[in-house]
Amino acid sequence: MIRRTLLATAAAGLTLAFGAPAMAQDVTKACFVYVGPIGDGGWTFQHHQGALAVKEEYGDKVEIAWQESVPEGADAERVITQMALSGCNIIFTTSFGYMDPTNNVAAKFPDVKFEHATGYKREHPNVSTYNARFYEGRAVVGHIAGKMTKTNKIGYIASFPIPEVIMGINSYYHHAKLANPDVELVVTWAYTWFDPAKEADAARAMLDQGVDVITAHTDSTAPLAEIAKEGSSAWGFGQASDMAAFMTNDDGTPGPRVASIIDEWSPYYVKRVGQLMDGTYEQVDSWAGMPEGEVVIGAMNDAIPDDVKAEAQAMIDAITAGEYHPFTGPMNKQDGSAWLAEGETADDGTLLGMNFYIEGITGDIPN
Amino acid sequence: MDLSAINPVLLVASIMISATPILLAAIGEMVVEKSGVLNLGVEGMMITGAVIGFIVAINTGAPLLGFATAAIAGAVLSLAFGVLTQIFLSNQVATGLGLTLVGLGLSSLLGKPYEGQKTVTLPKLDIPILSDLPVVGRMLFSHDIMVYLSLGIVVAVWAFLKHTRAGLILRAVGESHESAHALGYKVIRVRMLAIMFGGACAGLGGAYLSLVRVPQWTEGMTAGAGWIALAIVVFASWRAGRVLVGAYLFGGITVLQLNLQAAGLTWGVQYLSMSPYLITILVLVFISSNRSRSSHDAPANLGQTFHATR
Repeated sequence: MIRRTLLATAAAGLTLAFGAPAMAQDVTKACFVYVGPIGDGGWTFQHHQGALAVKEEYGDKVEIAWQESVPEGADAERVITQMALSGCNIIFTTSFGYMDPTNNVAAKFPDVKFEHATGYKREHPNVSTYNARFYEGRAVVGHIAGKMTKTNKIGYIASFPIPEVIMGINSYYHHAKLANPDVELVVTWAYTWFDPAKEADAARAMLDQGVDVITAHTDSTAPLAEIAKEGSSAWGFGQASDMAAFMTNDDGTPGPRVASIIDEWSPYYVKRVGQLMDGTYEQVDSWAGMPEGEVVIGAMNDAIPDDVKAEAQAMIDAITAGEYHPFTGPMNKQDGSAWLAEGETADDGTLLGMNFYIEGITGDIPN
Repeated sequence: MDLSAINPVLLVASIMISATPILLAAIGEMVVEKSGVLNLGVEGMMITGAVIGFIVAINTGAPLLGFATAAIAGAVLSLAFGVLTQIFLSNQVATGLGLTLVGLGLSSLLGKPYEGQKTVTLPKLDIPILSDLPVVGRMLFSHDIMVYLSLGIVVAVWAFLKHTRAGLILRAVGESHESAHALGYKVIRVRMLAIMFGGACAGLGGAYLSLVRVPQWTEGMTAGAGWIALAIVVFASWRAGRVLVGAYLFGGITVLQLNLQAAGLTWGVQYLSMSPYLITILVLVFISSNRSRSSHDAPANLGQTFHATR
């Protein structure tokens, strides 16, 4: 008896909670699914900045909602379904592992728009994908890494063996090699996006083996904190977010973060929600980079010599102007077979499906 | 592949640092389970210790004070678990899981203003003579004080359980609370103390993460370390010495596989990463395959509620 009353009350509560926004259609509800906590200071933090920019831009005309630390896989499908049920008009799922859950839920809610970050599956007309050309940022930090290493060993903390990450590794190595022909790349796979202790361990393992410039493809600031323990003999980069706390040490000397690759999602989020509100929304496969302002290189600190700074800035300017593509031939695949001829640039399809290392990188990509 | 790039001295040194948080949490949980209580809230107590330790250290500039407060915070949180399970007789599994959720939420709330800040960390000890020894000096005798404290706690727990009357009573309570009660021992009081000890150790382990190993506060930074600590207790079949082995093995394999990768080995790394869990399953199978042996390992009253009037 009590249970029945409870259920009835719960049902009434649900109707109230989820029914009301559906009736007020003049307010657009944008929802965000995050893979880590907003406080990671990296990947998720930047997506949330984008979400806040949407609210800032449209004020009372939009409502935003989000859920943090949603595991990739079955849990994600439940969370996305719940968001669709609760009156979200557009749902941004912000990690590669949400690809299948997003498409599965999209099949059930044809009136809700779904936006999946860094994926490639658009199985339904209401699913769009968006990504940023992070390899443009990796090119710039690769150049800096090649110029700054004293041991000629540079490191890359990789997360999962997906095209996105492999693209970053290749771009980083290619430009380090152009800047310094003697450079050697060390890659470690952490198999996680967010685990500060393990990320720190990965940085430690590389530092112990003589690597002195490290870039990370994981989400926290832990690798920078580990690099900081070396004093001013090893360097790293902010990843996804500026990570400015590591730019300068407490004593005023340049900190371990010499530059950073910032993901700036705000332009895309503001644009898409705006399109949804004025009715011009269409399914897209968006892949923007430095020219659109979605990939930004954070301020370079004084550990970088002035000439290297100038070279890095020149590269940023060239990419932004569309004059330089980081994957420009001649480039060979790891096994020595030709990939890009002199002056040829990689097409997007190859990049998005990238499953090979370029020549000079040792080791194999795990399956 | 260039295995010569791995320096064994630095490898062992970083394994010791990497294993310390899970060692602290696991040895505390072992005492709790020895008294017959299953507290699944290790993760929650660890992360609460991590945030409290960080907050105190950053505000006072004294990391050791941070550790002390973290231990107290872990103990206080575990006390809530103790009151619910021992006095109000709630289900231990559900309450423990609840404790984890509370700890994660509470820490994220408390830690918000401290994200991205840097703290003072513990200095590495410079022990006269020992630290200057070749090889072992850098490997074993140049760590911070918490590494040695964690080893000291393991020895103390071993000696307490094996050689003291109080330890015998604690084990008796875990093996048969009815008999212990009939003999006049205060079952609930013993268990409360064990739970608080476990909470304090988990708090210390968490603070080691945020103050030494990473060292910074990031929401959710324990990332499952508490669950690994629980696995280590089972792996160790509830013995202090084996908890030490287990923690160094679990921590060691993570560090070793990253070092192997950095040295250029790419094959089989995934298998190495999963091996501790595989070994835990094997140990569990081994324990449960033999009824007479199992009675020597898991405390007989583990996870059961006790009420004096039953």
